[in-house]
Amino acid sequence: MADQGLSVSLRQAGPIPLDVAFTCAPGEVLGIVGPSGAGKTTLLRAIAGLYRCHAGHVAVDGAVWFDSQAKVFLPPHRRRVGLVFQEHALFPHLSAADNVAVALIDHPQSERRSRAAELLSRVHLDGLEGRKPAELSGGQRQRVAIARALARDPKVLLLDEPFSAVDRRTRVHLQAEIVALRKDLAIPMLLVTHDVDEVARLADRLCILDQGRVCLIGRPEDVLAEPAIRALLLGDAAA
Amino acid sequence: MDWEAFKLSLWLAAWTAALLMPLGLVLARLLAFHRFRGRGVLEALVMAPLVLPPTVLGFYLLSAMGGNSSLGKLWTSIFGHPLAFSFEGLVVASLIFNLPFAVQPMQRAFEALPPDVREAAWVSGLSPWRTFWRIEAPLAWPGVLSALVLTFTHTLGEFGVVLMVGGSIPGETRTLALAIYDRVQAFDTEAAQMMSALLLLFSIGAIIIANGLTSGVGRRHG
Repeated sequence: MADQGLSVSLRQAGPIPLDVAFTCAPGEVLGIVGPSGAGKTTLLRAIAGLYRCHAGHVAVDGAVWFDSQAKVFLPPHRRRVGLVFQEHALFPHLSAADNVAVALIDHPQSERRSRAAELLSRVHLDGLEGRKPAELSGGQRQRVAIARALARDPKVLLLDEPFSAVDRRTRVHLQAEIVALRKDLAIPMLLVTHDVDEVARLADRLCILDQGRVCLIGRPEDVLAEPAIRALLLGDAAA
Repeated sequence: MDWEAFKLSLWLAAWTAALLMPLGLVLARLLAFHRFRGRGVLEALVMAPLVLPPTVLGFYLLSAMGGNSSLGKLWTSIFGHPLAFSFEGLVVASLIFNLPFAVQPMQRAFEALPPDVREAAWVSGLSPWRTFWRIEAPLAWPGVLSALVLTFTHTLGEFGVVLMVGGSIPGETRTLALAIYDRVQAFDTEAAQMMSALLLLFSIGAIIIANGLTSGVGRRHG
């Protein structure tokens, strides 16, 4: 088991079947792809501590977050994880800056505002700090969600279909944002998506998930060259 | 106008609201966020005072608080006076018959929170306690305020249970609702009218204020 990066091994027969084992190195983007209902979101939720799998092990940089045998289960607020939700999940009553500042809980109060502004600037939202989520566009909301995820100084960044709720143009901009981020961040990043082309561009490796099981892990060009995988993924796209 | 009864009603409403809001909040969150065995039974018990005839509820409460009951004996041994037909007994009864008015608005408000917003708070590093104060409470406060207003005004107007459990002892258990009944029995229509109008104005005023404070919350949050 690697001491650096993310190491995941999860197994359960139901209610949502899962049988996965993989690692993700610091600075690596691992794309998680699979048909609807394959267990992609459940996998991310289990890593974040929002879902408790029956059996398995999750460790980040050698620190154990979940070990069913040793009965270790760190609650989500004690895991340094950045999670970008599909529908952004911003706090509707707080401004963009406060949405980010909430996650700066470990920073001194006096630094939170400036640090939040810094993070919002990093995702190109300068001048929009005071706006509530309802006053932002879909793309801007997702950028706030990314800034909030980064505010935790995460050990691992989980992106759950972060581009699915935005238009094509915004999607391209957000993808560029992820490319820029991965250059700066030396942490494992898991990107769940339905879009095969998108993940092939952004990910270093692909993990193909079907009915909770890992079918194949490898470089995007190798994985996507497999006829069975193409049939699985394109069949899903056609549906 | 029976000012003593009015003052007693206000005290009863204030004590009920103060004691019931924390308890109601815990129950509302439990029912809104957790799935557990017996949840349906608990929800039915909480809602029961809404559909039970007040005299039935009052009878059971009186039986539970009476001098021969375990609770009644325990109370008398500690405080030296019976729980039934006392102000304290009225408060206990009031806590029970107001349960649905306190719990339901808060439960609905918590249920209306998008689940991923709470989860986003946890993965942002907020403990469940901090998530409650920073995220849940500010978003669910219209429900909390509605529960407070409903509990307060419903206590002011409750008649059947109060009569069964408290009797109508002046200065001890005679509330404004009982005083109105008493004045009508005595053909003192003028006093009954005045007290009824006061309760009517008080209740409508409280609801208008609550609606005014909570209106636009949805618009502000989009």
